[in-house]
Amino acid sequence: MADSVTDADGHEHPKHELSHFAKRIYAIRELLVEKGVISEKDIQCQIEYQEARTPANGAKLVARAWTDPAFKARFIADPKAACAEMGIDATAINEFVVLENSEKVRHMVVCTLCSCYPRPILGRPPDWYKSFNYRQRSVADPRGVMREFGLELPDDVEVRVHDSTADIRYIVLPLRPAGTENWRAADLEKLVTRDSMIGVMDALPEIPQ
Amino acid sequence: MARGHHDIGGLPGAGSIDVTEHQLADWEILADAVNQALGARGVKRTDEMRRAREEMDSSAYRDMTYYERWIASIETILIEKNILTKAEIDKKLAEFESKWGEP
Amino acid sequence: MGRAVTSATGRFRPGDRVKVKFEDRPGHLRTPWYIRGKSGWIEKVYGDFLNPESLAFGKDGLPKKTLYLVAFNQADVWEKSAVPKDKLLVDIYDHWLEPLA
Repeated sequence: MADSVTDADGHEHPKHELSHFAKRIYAIRELLVEKGVISEKDIQCQIEYQEARTPANGAKLVARAWTDPAFKARFIADPKAACAEMGIDATAINEFVVLENSEKVRHMVVCTLCSCYPRPILGRPPDWYKSFNYRQRSVADPRGVMREFGLELPDDVEVRVHDSTADIRYIVLPLRPAGTENWRAADLEKLVTRDSMIGVMDALPEIPQ
Repeated sequence: MARGHHDIGGLPGAGSIDVTEHQLADWEILADAVNQALGARGVKRTDEMRRAREEMDSSAYRDMTYYERWIASIETILIEKNILTKAEIDKKLAEFESKWGEP
Repeated sequence: MGRAVTSATGRFRPGDRVKVKFEDRPGHLRTPWYIRGKSGWIEKVYGDFLNPESLAFGKDGLPKKTLYLVAFNQADVWEKSAVPKDKLLVDIYDHWLEPLA
């Protein structure tokens, strides 16, 4: 085992500089493996499983839903089966619900009590989603949060904030941007950001440079 | 009784959303993987981990980083289930620290 | 969610008006403080799930509880004014709800 770790900015640091709990996970891991509670292979598998999960999965689902109405209907009716069709393994999710945005309705998702998120599809949530500020404000001031992300909505658009307090995991199906009618799915995917599937912003209006 | 320190939806005084993101450090990736591996093996449930975080000292909850809270709750639950003891963890950590070299 | 709910033993159906109980007791409670005592309506019946209040303490989570998607007008939840159309939706278990006329 290396005596240094790579930190959040990619720098190497000696392990003795880690915080109290950061150090303890190394001791806990070693003991769990020694005692056969989990194996090194278990740990490695989980690392790889997590690495394979990124917002690109969600972008593929959304782009296909935009271009294929029958798929969109299946995606909304039974999201886990629709994921399986596209080779995305969403079996770890207990229950999965798709929230479809429209011109007159926007959805936003939060977990105020902790940080529940559709990890098996989208990967790990961003730091801001897990932050106290987001957890506190999103239920009370969703439009203020959206404004920070650049989305300003008129009062005749309904904003629906979901607090995912139980085993249901939510993903927002963003509105298809105007003027993309003949686009290929591969280009549409580039408009579907992770943040648009959380609901704090719409999909991008054009491919970022 | 009062609302738990985790039960913060709608509390006033929250500031703007800091969208800075960080790449996970090695120890955070490890904490995440150990947590998931324990779940996959049926050793603990997510509900137990949440409860452990709710029961922790409130100022620690606010001051610790996200994955530090995960590690603290992993430790609490493993000790509660008599899978590990605090003494064992302390001892193993002391062994590592002498290898890693304290300043 | 368009799938048929396979089992739901709870008391409520979509459209029913409900009030969230104001309870304050020890334990692992997944009904947020801000929604306790508020009135809304059942939007969806998600079905029966193991009870997290029991699972959190290493117990078996039985008996299962029916989980609902409960909708609220934002204006009814917060003391400050809200855009009239805006809604707040929370996943709440049967035993936290009481019927409203």
